[in-house]
Amino acid sequence: MKLTISLFGIAREIVGQPALELTAPEGQSVQELLTELRQQYPALGQLSSLAVAVNNDYATDATALHERDEIALIPPVSGG
Amino acid sequence: MHIDLTDQPIDITAALQLAEDDGAGAVNSFIGTVRNQSTGRRVVRLDYEAYDSMALHQLRKVAEQAQEKWPMLRKVVVIHRKGTLHIGDVAVIVAVSTPHRAESFAACQYIIDTLKQVVPIWKKEFYEDGTTWVAAHP
Repeated sequence: MKLTISLFGIAREIVGQPALELTAPEGQSVQELLTELRQQYPALGQLSSLAVAVNNDYATDATALHERDEIALIPPVSGG
Repeated sequence: MHIDLTDQPIDITAALQLAEDDGAGAVNSFIGTVRNQSTGRRVVRLDYEAYDSMALHQLRKVAEQAQEKWPMLRKVVVIHRKGTLHIGDVAVIVAVSTPHRAESFAACQYIIDTLKQVVPIWKKEFYEDGTTWVAAHP
């Protein structure tokens, strides 16, 4: 399946673009996605935290991803 | 409930009016503004970036949670800025109304504290000699 991952803040700067297109096995977990991204972009592993959002809510490590999901990397938030 | 994310200056008076309610004896607000220094460095400006759709969704959830915790809440107003802000600019306003004051303080604090933990908005500080994404690194 093809996944599009939106990137914000420091994650966008680390990757160098506002979104990533990846091909992954159907049902890949959030944890597997994060492991892959941290290998490809080691600076992501240096962040205080890195969450994944699926369809506008925080996902858990076990959440399975699907092709039409809206996926985003969420580096440490600092609003307010 | 009035939730907004805007690249325009926040009108504090208008926001407070949105929180007014005939059944409320208290309107309580928190206004977050841009400070001129951070960890000892002089701040020149800030850039706020938001994941708009998720930020709005999470702000609504935070307001709904407050409504569940304090069922007497009348109005909840949360407006957050995005884009470039300068010293003294208003970055966020939270305003709530309740029949009595105690719950208004508690609900207002709950909303701003939870917003800071969960809402996908990122602040980049610009100093005279560099930049930092706030809280990004341990």
